[in-house]
Amino acid sequence: MIRKTVRWLDQRSGTAPFLRKSLRYLFPDHWSFLLGEIALYAFVVLVATGIYLTLFFVDSSSQTVYRGPYAPLHGQRMSEAYESVVNISTTVKAGLLIRQTHHWAADVFAGAIILHLFRVFFTGAYRKPRELTYIIGITILALTLFEAYIGYSMVDDLLSGMGLAIGWSVGMAIPFVGANLMSVLFEGAFPGGQSLWPRMYIVHVFILPVLIGTLLVAHLTLVALRHHTQFKGKRETERRIVGMPAWPAQVPRSVALAFATVGVLFLLGGLVQINPIWLWGPYHTYLSTNGAQPDWYLGWLIGALRMVPSFDITIDGYTLVPNPFWGGIAFPTLVIGFVYLWPWLERRINGDDAFHNVLDRPRDAPLRTALGVGAATTVGVTLLAGSADRADDLFGLSYNGQLWFYRVAFFVLPVLFGVIAYRLCNALVAGERVEADRKRAEEEARATR
Amino acid sequence: MIRVRDVLISAALLLLGRRRPSIPVEEDPGDPRAELVVAGLLGLTTCAAIGFIVAYALDPSTQLLGLSLGLAFIFLAAALVVTAHRLVVNEELEDDYPPEEHTAEQEEVVQLVEEPGERLTRRRLLKLGVLGAGGTLGLALATPVLSLGHFLDTKAYLVTPWRRGRRLVDENGRPWRASDIEERTFYTAFPEGGDNEEIAAPVVLVRLKPGDLRLPATLRGYDAGGIVAYSKICTHAGCAISLYRTPLFDRADPTPALVCPCHYSTFDPASGGTVTFGPAGRALPMLPIEVDARGHLRAKGNFDGPVGPSWWGVRIWRPER
Amino acid sequence: MPRRLILLAAFVLVATAASNGKQLYGRYCAKCHDTLNAPSLHGVGAQAADFYLRSGYMPLPHLGVQPRRARVTFTNAEIESLVGYVASLGQGPAIPSPQPQSGSLSAGMQLFADHCAGCHQIMAEGGYVTGAVPPALGDDTATQIAEAVRIGPYVMPRFSQHAISNGQLNSIIRYIEYTRHPDDRGGWSIGHIGPVPEGLVTWFIALLALVCVTLLLARRHHA
Repeated sequence: MIRKTVRWLDQRSGTAPFLRKSLRYLFPDHWSFLLGEIALYAFVVLVATGIYLTLFFVDSSSQTVYRGPYAPLHGQRMSEAYESVVNISTTVKAGLLIRQTHHWAADVFAGAIILHLFRVFFTGAYRKPRELTYIIGITILALTLFEAYIGYSMVDDLLSGMGLAIGWSVGMAIPFVGANLMSVLFEGAFPGGQSLWPRMYIVHVFILPVLIGTLLVAHLTLVALRHHTQFKGKRETERRIVGMPAWPAQVPRSVALAFATVGVLFLLGGLVQINPIWLWGPYHTYLSTNGAQPDWYLGWLIGALRMVPSFDITIDGYTLVPNPFWGGIAFPTLVIGFVYLWPWLERRINGDDAFHNVLDRPRDAPLRTALGVGAATTVGVTLLAGSADRADDLFGLSYNGQLWFYRVAFFVLPVLFGVIAYRLCNALVAGERVEADRKRAEEEARATR
Repeated sequence: MIRVRDVLISAALLLLGRRRPSIPVEEDPGDPRAELVVAGLLGLTTCAAIGFIVAYALDPSTQLLGLSLGLAFIFLAAALVVTAHRLVVNEELEDDYPPEEHTAEQEEVVQLVEEPGERLTRRRLLKLGVLGAGGTLGLALATPVLSLGHFLDTKAYLVTPWRRGRRLVDENGRPWRASDIEERTFYTAFPEGGDNEEIAAPVVLVRLKPGDLRLPATLRGYDAGGIVAYSKICTHAGCAISLYRTPLFDRADPTPALVCPCHYSTFDPASGGTVTFGPAGRALPMLPIEVDARGHLRAKGNFDGPVGPSWWGVRIWRPER
Repeated sequence: MPRRLILLAAFVLVATAASNGKQLYGRYCAKCHDTLNAPSLHGVGAQAADFYLRSGYMPLPHLGVQPRRARVTFTNAEIESLVGYVASLGQGPAIPSPQPQSGSLSAGMQLFADHCAGCHQIMAEGGYVTGAVPPALGDDTATQIAEAVRIGPYVMPRFSQHAISNGQLNSIIRYIEYTRHPDDRGGWSIGHIGPVPEGLVTWFIALLALVCVTLLLARRHHA
């Protein structure tokens, strides 16, 4: 059976040598090499559940009156887009399971990419010859933020409508061209022309997913062509890779992780309620609710928007830089720009142009670790600032007080944590050296005895 | 269980960076007990999968569906975990990394690409031609993108449905009378016969004691006997201003304020909508209003500034009167 | 004759209650409310006294803070006599008796979105407004909600019957009661406050579980 298949395939494609090589591809054995795979499987779930949802979603902002079975919405005016998602959540059998699984998968996808990025960054896996793999990965992350944002904006519930208004305003704030650009994208002023919904829809279900999928394939191909990195060991060197072959050792592991990811997502999709849009109600331009937050991966941007004090930069009546530019555009551009350029910045700093297949431990590169911790702290502070109003409501911490704390922390904590990380790295390395010296002395003592 | 614990403990150690040297393991080729466990887990997967279908047919509650489908995948994953650890050979192999580069092939590629070009005599001219043709053709192909919206017509942001004499109505189109508007509360008004969803349509109405009003000179006469009307859209990020803070006991409680719930920009309705807290960079646009002979509220003109978030032209132009 | 007796008894009862109320007022309320430090209670009626005392908003721990829901410090009888006394200070609104079951859920939801959600959040989970904390509405009785809408405590707007009719108020209360046990068809509700708890579940349940799976799958450490 298998022989027959392989023979059939080889005769028609000539891929037997490739297959043989693939089955013997070596996977270094470390848990952290599997984080990217979690993201991959979450993406597969997103595509599969997303296709199902397109079969029911209506990409139209035309107003209609709800006459479905969910009583609190009876007789309410709403867009056809929102009505269709209410129907997916209430009348379509298993529709809510698929919708919630889709949303959880988006949250997990973004999270897994970031965990994977942390591993790659702090171990120096992005160094030559893997810079291309790295920047493709960062591009996937950036596109994912857009993709996910459009995904929940399309629903047109109270929360998503407010999010869309904020996104439009942030775009409007781009100096010189923001208003022009947004006029093109939205077909006029917010809440946009008739084409806005079809546009968001095609971008969300076709353009961005195809882009992300293509980049994913490129990313994985490059990983395979250059092989995995590995941690230093007795046999592991820059020239020799040690690992378990794809078949039979790694495939069951990867497939197990795939099924575990799908399982966890379906469990969450069935058991934990996410974005219950029938409870939020429809969006109208003149409505808003307290405590509206974006999904977690954009929480740092709402925090940044809130931390900026009141001002627009103007020159004699010309508004050079409207306020939301700082938190909504400048800050994320700086962060993502730093992450993009880091491999080249590092090369500038330490002049290291060599090939690297063996990873650093975070302590082996104290400067990189310190800068990485600093950057992560900056984003972390803004993420926390984004939920300051909830902390005020739940724990009675003054919002204004928190705001000032975060404004100071934004500048102080990254430096502080960076310095602590730097010191910690050096202390760990020094400790290892002492330990090694002691061992050597003991062995010598034993040998002389 | 102990095995699992060992895994977690040693993994935690690994997290701290204390890596152990790898020890190749000689595993027993056969493990009948593990095979039984895997078969059992596959059986459970089957049961859960059937459970999903039955649940779908009988009681499609999201919880039952998610639980059965999720567990089916978890059991399958568990079967594969056991397979990976107990049923397949887990030997570590060594191999060479691929060569860093192929210098000979690189050279060949360069030669193959450059060779045909060496016959050309006017290379700079041709380069210029290719650049010009490619660039303009690219531009030509990108031009239809402009049909998406009006790239140059930013004046559209200044168009509002408000005109002199237009009545202020509620969500259902009933005109607001001045006598409807009471102190210490807020109302949403729309232009009569307009589209409520338009961003410049909604205004928020509040009544202050005429003595408390401190309107700047440019806004004098915008109120109708203490009733003031502001655009309901925040000048920071376009959310609706649906919070009105109004003190019961004005000697001690916080002063009246209109607040946006997105980033808590706070505006003072008594002084022409100036910003008193939060990130907004300019005051709320104010709509001049008056009371007509029948007691209805009417617009006396257009807003004193553009509605919605700031952009580069927001301080240069005013909405058309 | 018996009718007169009953009237007399009722009068005596009210009088003693009021005098008892007067004593309580003198002990707990007069210090602020009879001076310029707090609003005068003349004409606020039984409605306000009932709301502030039964919600524990009053007495305040000290002046200048937002009144918040707290343990009620008076017995039911004491509250009744205090309410009676405050009502006797001047003509004022009586305690309302809303009928939420006669309201409409969807009308209530729309009215709540228009008038209340900006501060109290669309699921009545509470929120933030510059300088004050609009409370969650999970513990308020129908009467207290009706009272608060009519009074406008602290910095909350006050809605007269002209702005929100009694019928509309019934709908709003019906919706608020619905938000306590809404249709959570999606499963565990994680608080009805949107993405913040969703992010916590993503990291501390989903990703944590999946990282544990990767630890299980790695081989070398249990050799």
